[in-house]
Amino acid sequence: MIEVQHLTKRYGRVTAVDDVSFRVERGEILGFLGPNGAGKTTTMRILTGYMPATEGKAIVAGFDVFDQPIEAKRRTGYLPETPPLYPDMSVIEYLTFVSKIKRVPAADRRQRVQQVMQKTRIDDVANRLCSKLSKGYRQRVGLAQALIHNPDVLILDEPTAGLDPKQIIETRQLIKQLAGDHTIILSTHILPEVSQTCQRVVIINKGHVVAVDTPDNLTSRLRGSETMYVQVDASGGDASTSLTGIPGVLRVVEADRKDGVVGYEVESEHGRDVRRDLARAVVSSGWGLLELRPLRMSLEEIFLSLTTEDLATAPPAAAEGEVVNG
Amino acid sequence: MGNVIAIAQKELKSYFASPIAYIVIGLWALLYGYFFVAILSFFVRQSMGMNQFGMQGPQAMNVNQQLIRPLLQNVTILILFLMPMVTMRTYAEEKRSGTIELLLTAPVTDFQIIMGKFLGALSLYVIMLAVTMIHIGFLYFGGRPEWKPIVTAYLGLLLLGGCFISLGLLISSLTSNQIVAGMVTFAVFLLLWVITWVGSFGGPTFDKLTTYLSIIDHWDDFGKGVIDTTHVIYYLSFITFGLFLTAKSVDSERWRG
Repeated sequence: MIEVQHLTKRYGRVTAVDDVSFRVERGEILGFLGPNGAGKTTTMRILTGYMPATEGKAIVAGFDVFDQPIEAKRRTGYLPETPPLYPDMSVIEYLTFVSKIKRVPAADRRQRVQQVMQKTRIDDVANRLCSKLSKGYRQRVGLAQALIHNPDVLILDEPTAGLDPKQIIETRQLIKQLAGDHTIILSTHILPEVSQTCQRVVIINKGHVVAVDTPDNLTSRLRGSETMYVQVDASGGDASTSLTGIPGVLRVVEADRKDGVVGYEVESEHGRDVRRDLARAVVSSGWGLLELRPLRMSLEEIFLSLTTEDLATAPPAAAEGEVVNG
Repeated sequence: MGNVIAIAQKELKSYFASPIAYIVIGLWALLYGYFFVAILSFFVRQSMGMNQFGMQGPQAMNVNQQLIRPLLQNVTILILFLMPMVTMRTYAEEKRSGTIELLLTAPVTDFQIIMGKFLGALSLYVIMLAVTMIHIGFLYFGGRPEWKPIVTAYLGLLLLGGCFISLGLLISSLTSNQIVAGMVTFAVFLLLWVITWVGSFGGPTFDKLTTYLSIIDHWDDFGKGVIDTTHVIYYLSFITFGLFLTAKSVDSERWRG
């Protein structure tokens, strides 16, 4: 549905987006994750035909956004970071105007406007001026505007920014509902949002795609080293020395201690399962093994490790393995 | 075409949704009314004087030439002062508020957007011109002005206003600050008006050049009731060139991001 090939955008000497490639399949929700200034908005603006790319190609709904911009735009709904509302129009006037320039047939306009207002739950402010709307309503009117011509592709730039927690949950639900009929790209720098709404994630930093995968795969496969949590009833003895002695174990850190029960975080080499050895070591020492479970890296940690330079170099093998080829 | 009309309607509506239309039309009506009264009183006094001296018949005063023409000539100056208020926000405001993203990502061409904005501003201007016609209508109660030169004069005013609008649109597209757009537009308009003043010092060619560039001088023939194709072509090409440069400016903004 959306195909981005080697997209590059330079502003003078600054390269905002550098050789970005990814695909989005029909009906999928793709999360675009990155710190501020990573090139998310620029990529989205290129996809929506707001600005041309310096190099590379972007195909949306079967049309090249540069060669056939009108056709591509007819099939794209875009919610920019700040909803593009005209302050002196009422919500209904605004949506009617947008339906005109987005070529909704005159006969369907009234009905379409009503439909999207219901979908985005803004019918109660239909006659209010856009300038008088609260942030949550502005965002929803912006979403209604993007949906009005029933586009195949929806591009949402930080759709939940500035909303209160309840509105965020509502918006996420709405986006999930839309996913079947529409292919959606949404950008965010909020991590839980991605794991909750998106099927796939593109992590972008400084204009480069750092990783493309499902949120689950990212968490499970992007760990540079595996960490286990081991809880031992050592009653007096120190288990850490015997645990450190196990081949493959890099580091043992005491995580908590309560009534002789000690919890350790055991870091081991990537791809080496040390669970059996750990269990054996504990049991053969005569201690009680109370808990043994792998600690998963949260998306937050992955994100940080991928987007922070000094950490990104630490688990290089894993990070590079994940970059999807074209 | 539907897109152009939709955008033109939106532009016109937004003039009336904000105070701009009311302020511009109000000031316009006030100043024009003042000119009307001043020129009318002067005209009445002169013709009374002429009556006293018994200079009637072929020497009688001509309403068209001695009242309507100077009056509409003053209108050209009014346009110069008020038109920047009409055009300054067209692009600048959209860029500042981010609504330009809506227009540029909608399935409309840059040309359609520009034409929509141009026609929207032109419609407001036509409303302004309509206000001036009321006063001229009153002249028919006391005199018999010829209608043909009035029509040509208004055609000239329409074209002249079109030039100012297309130039104003261009300047507005270069900035995201309305005030800057308004000031620069006003300065450029003023310069185009006074450009002939230095013409006589620079030799005949320079004189011709400055006269040619002066937007307002081209109106004189329309005021006399003459439709000269040179002037029509001048105005139309001025408008086209202004709109063309606006399109280029919008496009280059896209590339620069």
